[in-house]
Amino acid sequence: MVVIKVENLGKKYIISHQQRERYTALRDVMAKGATRFGKKLLSPFTFHHSPFTDSKEDFWALKDVSFEIKQGERVGIIGRNGAGKTTLLKLLSRITEPTTGRITLKGRVASLLEVGTGFHPELTGRENIFLNGAILGMSKTEIKKKFDEIVDFAEIEKFLDTPVKRYSSGMYVRLAFAVAAHLEPEILVVDEVLAVGDAQFQKKCLGKMEDVGKGGRTVLFVSHNMASLRTLCNIGIILDKGNIIQLSEIEDAISKYTDITRVRDEVFNAIFLLNSQGEQIDYWPSNEPCSIEIKLSDILVNNIKAVDISLWANDVMISSASSDRLQEKTKFSKSDFVIFSFPIIPLATKTMYIDVGFRSFDNSYLNLYQRAKTYNVELNVNQFYVDSRLITQFPVKCEIKTDAI
Amino acid sequence: MSNSSQKKLIIEAGRTEGQYWKDIWSYRGLFYFLAWRDILVRYKQTVIGIAWAVLRPFLTMIVFTIIFGKLAKFPSEGVPYPILVFAAMLPWQFFSNSLSESSGSLVGNANLISKVYFPRLIIPTSSVITSFVDFLISGVILVALMVWYQFVPGWRLITLPLFIAVAFAASMGAGLWLTALNVKYRDFRYIVPFIVQFGLYISPVGFSSTVVPEKWRLLYSINPMVGVIDGFRWAILGGDVRIFWPGFLISLALVGIIFFTGIWYFRKTEKTFADVI
Repeated sequence: MVVIKVENLGKKYIISHQQRERYTALRDVMAKGATRFGKKLLSPFTFHHSPFTDSKEDFWALKDVSFEIKQGERVGIIGRNGAGKTTLLKLLSRITEPTTGRITLKGRVASLLEVGTGFHPELTGRENIFLNGAILGMSKTEIKKKFDEIVDFAEIEKFLDTPVKRYSSGMYVRLAFAVAAHLEPEILVVDEVLAVGDAQFQKKCLGKMEDVGKGGRTVLFVSHNMASLRTLCNIGIILDKGNIIQLSEIEDAISKYTDITRVRDEVFNAIFLLNSQGEQIDYWPSNEPCSIEIKLSDILVNNIKAVDISLWANDVMISSASSDRLQEKTKFSKSDFVIFSFPIIPLATKTMYIDVGFRSFDNSYLNLYQRAKTYNVELNVNQFYVDSRLITQFPVKCEIKTDAI
Repeated sequence: MSNSSQKKLIIEAGRTEGQYWKDIWSYRGLFYFLAWRDILVRYKQTVIGIAWAVLRPFLTMIVFTIIFGKLAKFPSEGVPYPILVFAAMLPWQFFSNSLSESSGSLVGNANLISKVYFPRLIIPTSSVITSFVDFLISGVILVALMVWYQFVPGWRLITLPLFIAVAFAASMGAGLWLTALNVKYRDFRYIVPFIVQFGLYISPVGFSSTVVPEKWRLLYSINPMVGVIDGFRWAILGGDVRIFWPGFLISLALVGIIFFTGIWYFRKTEKTFADVI
């Protein structure tokens, strides 16, 4: 049975752009202002286009989106930032109205777009459970019935009567999620809120969401975490710039998405993995140190201040390093190679990948390539489990070598 | 797995929902919770706590009595002065507080509006409810005063709920208009305190309606609070206090218009709140 039917859904926003006139003198500003005022006096009802008027542009956050979801399906919604995922969730939750198209829903929708919606810092944990529960749509009796379960899930029994403003961020988030996790709607819509708390709690949250899914409810889940999408969902929808690119089995969707966001070839070819002898290898060594060499190209060189690299396995960051934190050179030429040297990092996973970012002088990323390169990991005799915390104890070295060519 | 009657809901641009009023019923708990939240928060981390709710009107009454009753020696028409003051202050405080609170309520709850769905009408209504709770507490003080002065109100007291309802409708109507307008045009944040201040001078709080000359009576009655405050005085004080009925009917009609158009405007613009707030 179809529980969510979306037909030609579209949402348009109007963005205004400030007309920037470079007036250096106050006199000019006043003169322009006076002219405009004079015109307005003479003909008050006509629209006078003036340099101060903002120009407007239509922005379609979602355009012509159509799909159907059956009862019990768990759908993962994937897409880059700005693809329209949150807008879609907001439309499904009735927070905002569509510009075009129609949504037909069967059953109650509960949406979690943010943890702790409505939490008031002055109120205690106990009071906020009631407040938040009511805001999310639970009745007073429902909340009372589930109260103990909620407190148990959040593990904050000791702090129930302290004002929430005194909670640590972890406690806050645990409590917020605990209330939301005990909603029992027919359709549950969740927006990236699982990226909170420590790994143990994340596992608990994911487990709870799986229970919700198994109970025959329909779940819509937005996330950037491919591993949790894989565990939780059976269907994936890829959104890009407001359109649906694909609706398919989750594995299919994840690999298509990874393809789309993969780095362009030129950067792909500029990254080399070397073993301790300086020879190029194509697998990550588990028993010897290695290094990653990045050849800088023409395009990037003048604008970048630093190169950042991070190593990942199983969607968990193992190590990260920045060239400007490990050595002093921040001006590069096109014949430079940035070399990051890593100690022995024994991994228990089959593959690992790296993100490479080129950072400009205002500390924003000129280019950030996630999953720039993926490597198979050499089988490791000693099994080490990678903890979910960022391990910064691995001493990474960085140096810049210039090619004499 | 719940066995709900799988009611179908259609969301479409420009479609008004009869669903809305059913939603208000299913979210009725929120009226209580939002008002409860606002009241609780007021007295958190205070030493005397909820006693403030009683202390404030009590002290105001004492100050007024000393200044206007003993020092300025305003006539009291045979009724103990504190009761006279209170009978007018009660509805005025209710109206001005609800107006101030509800006109800013949507913007103040912007975090809820952009993240969760519930009928937005609940927000300004719960502000009015919060002010109503204060009104009831002050009402208790009035009763205590009457006991103290051994003042027994006449039969007209029974009509008090009618005037309360009018005050409620007046503050809700104006509140809805202002809060909906304030979402898009933040100027109203500055306009409202001015309205409240100005309103105090043109409403019969500090004076009695009898001082207004005949030819201005009708115009003066356009202020909805004139009808309400005069009504309160009439109901509570009894005796020679009279209501100017034509004026009262004008006030009533105006309150009705403001109330229903307020709901209409609010509903019309409600869909854009999350985008504009």
